Amino acid sequence: VTGAFRAIAALVAFGLLYLPLLAVAAYSFNAGKYGYEWKGFTLHWYGQLGDERIIAATWHSLALAACSTTVATPLGTMLAIGLKRAAWRPRSRALAEGLVNLPIVTPDITFAAALAAFFLVLRQALEAAGVRLDWLTGGLLPMGIGHVTFQVSYVALVVAARLAAIGPEQEEAARDLYASSWTFHRRVLLPQLMPAIAAGAIMAFILSLDDFMVAFLLNNGPGSLTLPVLIQSSTRNQGATILALSTLVFAGAVVLVGAFAMLARPSPAGDHR
Amino acid sequence: MADHHRSIWPALPALAIIAVFLALPLALVSAIAFCQHGAYGEIEPSFTLDNLARLWSPGVMGGRADFPPILARSAVIAGVATLAAVALGLPLAFWIAAGGPLRRALGLGLVTVPFCTNLVVRTYGWVVLLSSKGPLAPIAHALGLIGPYEGLAPSLGAELIGTISSVLPFAVLPLYASVERLDRSLIDAANDLYASPPRVFRHAVLPQIMPGLWVATVLTFVPAVGLFLVSNMLGQNHMLIGELMQQQFGVARDWPYGAAIGLVLVLLSLLGLAVAARRMRALEGLP
Repeated sequence: VTGAFRAIAALVAFGLLYLPLLAVAAYSFNAGKYGYEWKGFTLHWYGQLGDERIIAATWHSLALAACSTTVATPLGTMLAIGLKRAAWRPRSRALAEGLVNLPIVTPDITFAAALAAFFLVLRQALEAAGVRLDWLTGGLLPMGIGHVTFQVSYVALVVAARLAAIGPEQEEAARDLYASSWTFHRRVLLPQLMPAIAAGAIMAFILSLDDFMVAFLLNNGPGSLTLPVLIQSSTRNQGATILALSTLVFAGAVVLVGAFAMLARPSPAGDHR
Repeated sequence: MADHHRSIWPALPALAIIAVFLALPLALVSAIAFCQHGAYGEIEPSFTLDNLARLWSPGVMGGRADFPPILARSAVIAGVATLAAVALGLPLAFWIAAGGPLRRALGLGLVTVPFCTNLVVRTYGWVVLLSSKGPLAPIAHALGLIGPYEGLAPSLGAELIGTISSVLPFAVLPLYASVERLDRSLIDAANDLYASPPRVFRHAVLPQIMPGLWVATVLTFVPAVGLFLVSNMLGQNHMLIGELMQQQFGVARDWPYGAAIGLVLVLLSLLGLAVAARRMRALEGLP
């Protein structure tokens, strides 16, 4: 009974996730320009994708996600370990946990608006002091700073959820066997955390790729236009071309996540089954 | 058990990043919420409580943009979507975790993929599916759900389906992280003692996945509250809190009022999180 219930829930969940994507993919081959009604098969919209703006936006999005994830994953993992396993004074712990939770509890629109305002005020203050930093208020670098800021918390959260389930017995056992702290972390802790770290990295990458608000408010023109901003700004007037672009993004995501999922498979040491 | 190798330093770089690029900007915005705005939308550094007072005085904005009903509506939609996403995500996480390496890798990947596709696009997919000329309309008509030439959207149901669909992965990923490392021996022991399935779940499974459940709830609710794009495209004509705030920072050029709305959003989220954090600490055996 339980097995059937789970399978049905899985079916419903995957239906909710994939029906709209399948609709987008199907209607990208629709001869009618504005979706909705089926008017016959065409590849016409895919021919429109060589556009410079589309290629540039794709590159910006991928570079931004790759760089921010590379920075945020180790920092987030260290954050989880330092937070969960160190002996903090209660007040410092409450403060640190509050900081970690802040990016998660702050709605993206509040975060993006606050960050944009902060960079603007900072730039004006620096200009008053005689330092000119034009890149501060817009472009891929401030976007990357914004992405890392929320990514570290999500990575830490995913890793910490797993860390919480690893009891102190293992460390005591390791110590009884005269394992050094380094050996314990590398041989005992990290292998068990690996699936969670990989899941955290996937989440971070996805959050960066999917981010619209930060990229929208910190974008400073064609040089930092990302895919979500491009797609958002052209759903109304570009019609089916955007459906074709979205279908390719979707196909790319399938390949990418497939590769990640292979890498994220639990290592033998971390597999309990 | 405080020994030298359990030091706090690994946490510090990430904490510094969050302090400088989020806590500080939020403090700045909070200060702006108490400022007046000038005739051209500029921020004037003089103290006022007007922006916060406007949040509780219905009628100031006139009808559609009244704050209290907008807040209530946003919270209800996000709450229902969160409950549905967790209720659906938990059995899904169990289904993925119960499989072999292939199902687990594939299942996790399949949950992740829709995320990599922009929210606008996924919502546009629902608009196509649920419109009067879309493929689902004839089926719904045959079932007597809608009349001829009618679509399934815009409606409250469409709005909820779109919202659940967009936040579902936020619930599944943390749930899976905790379900995946369930201690099977406790469940086997309970089964050996002839515990009924509900009792096994309550006493052997639930306590183990509780941290994951709380994390999933918080992680799902927060993006859901700020979300307004889905409701915009699939719902009937009403505003949600995210859209109201965006308007203040955008077309309305009323940054102090927008900042006041942002302040309410942050305080609400912190409240929910304080509740969740206390439960999580208790379950981890920490003070």
